[in-house]
Amino acid sequence: MIRFTDVYKRYPNRHEALSGLSFHINQGEMAFLTGHSGAGKSTLLKLIALIERSSHGQVLVNNQNLTRLPKRKIPHYRRQIGIVFQDHNLLHDRTVFDNVALPLIIAGENHREIGRRVRASLDKVGLLGKERNLPIALSGGEQQRVGIARAVVNRPPILLADEPTGNLDPDLSRDIMSLFEQFNQVGTTVFIATHDLDLINTLPYRQIILDAGRLSEQG
Amino acid sequence: MNFPKFNLTNYLLRHIQVMLFSLGQLWRQPLSSMMTIIVIGIALALPAGLYVLLDNVKQVSDQWDDATQISLFLQKDVAQEHAIKLTSQLEQWPQISNIHYQSSSQSLEEFRQLSGLGTLLDSLPSNPLPAIIIIQPNENDLRPDAIGSLLAKLEALPEVEQAQLDMEWLLRLRSINKTVQRGISILGLLLSLSVLLIIGNTIRLAILSRQSEIRVIKLVGGTNAFVRRPFLYTGFWYGTLGGIMAWLTLTFSLSLINSPVNELAKLYSSQFTLHWLSALLLIVLPITGLVLGVLGAWISVGRHLNAIEPN
Repeated sequence: MIRFTDVYKRYPNRHEALSGLSFHINQGEMAFLTGHSGAGKSTLLKLIALIERSSHGQVLVNNQNLTRLPKRKIPHYRRQIGIVFQDHNLLHDRTVFDNVALPLIIAGENHREIGRRVRASLDKVGLLGKERNLPIALSGGEQQRVGIARAVVNRPPILLADEPTGNLDPDLSRDIMSLFEQFNQVGTTVFIATHDLDLINTLPYRQIILDAGRLSEQG
Repeated sequence: MNFPKFNLTNYLLRHIQVMLFSLGQLWRQPLSSMMTIIVIGIALALPAGLYVLLDNVKQVSDQWDDATQISLFLQKDVAQEHAIKLTSQLEQWPQISNIHYQSSSQSLEEFRQLSGLGTLLDSLPSNPLPAIIIIQPNENDLRPDAIGSLLAKLEALPEVEQAQLDMEWLLRLRSINKTVQRGISILGLLLSLSVLLIIGNTIRLAILSRQSEIRVIKLVGGTNAFVRRPFLYTGFWYGTLGGIMAWLTLTFSLSLINSPVNELAKLYSSQFTLHWLSALLLIVLPITGLVLGVLGAWISVGRHLNAIEPN
């Protein structure tokens, strides 16, 4: 589903964030991406989300070669990936409902379908009663759930998360992680960057460990 | 992953939603929105107002259109038959639309009736008045240089003592009118440009203040067209509301001018009333605003949108 082949990423300041990285995540798999700060985790996710492009090597996601994807096709490509951010990236002047509805509105879904799917998505993350609230009125854990609801609302085949439990206490973190497991169980490929080793070591999923832009080990 | 099929109803519904959303955003910042709208309104009202005044001056001067005529005073020794022959020759000139001959005795008769000096005139030993040929220049040759050359040509005729252009001031007025008209066009163009810049700058600030929102939209797969749309509608509203503001400003200003103008007209025993072009401007001004607004927004969004990418 996600295949990196000998991928390098060099930034204009000549800093090499990734060097000769190769790995593969299967369809329907759930995997973690770990490593020290600055090991290249964010860069790797940015390559998958096409926020950055590789300097060398091939990135294949859902059978699409990202190296060759033209710029105008990026929006449609991104609709196949749900992304969860550490800092949620919610729109603070819109209600929870409107935030979650955003990917559907962008995709041009009709009104009734939007309402149905947003509620289903909020129900899954346990926030059905809060759809009329503004994000600011929610706790950190709840905001993260809104972010997850938004990421899965259009049922993308791939779910990416960048430090989704970074600001949460252990109990909330476990809740969030079990949410990701539920999405994985219905077939979504889940790839989570995190350095919450205590948590992920209790879980049975593969870990891809980065060290200074190289693959350190896979467990 | 299933892409929803394109659906016209959804599409139009989305547009209406975005349109109302943009209006709502203007409404949520009433002071700054109002200031922008007023600035646009004044910028549009100024050339429109000058145009209305100019149009009124033109109406007045057009009422005297027939008054532009040339009087040829003939030499005293030109015989009447010769003068009549000259008249029919001149009639062939393309610059002349109407011509008629008035002998010296006809002139005397006219003068006698108009002046009421009958008995006094009878006591004169001979008729002091010359014969006249009255010429109405062709309408197309009323430009000052054309009429000047016609005048010179007529004056050069040996039979003519003097060629006199009546209502020369009217021609000058018309010429001034044309100059002013061009000035207003230039002013209108410059002020339109400034409306474009005002809206462009307002949109630029709106884009900057919503940078993070634009990033999020792009991250969840929003196309540039999707991101652009609310800003285009913001430009649409600024322009259209600015146009309506221009019309209100103009209507108010003209209503202030109206009563002194009526006084003035009464003093000249004229039926003149101010033409407001009200209905026409109520259409033209908002449409001009709309076009400038969307155009300004388009340019601004095009310049700034590509710079905002997720990072």
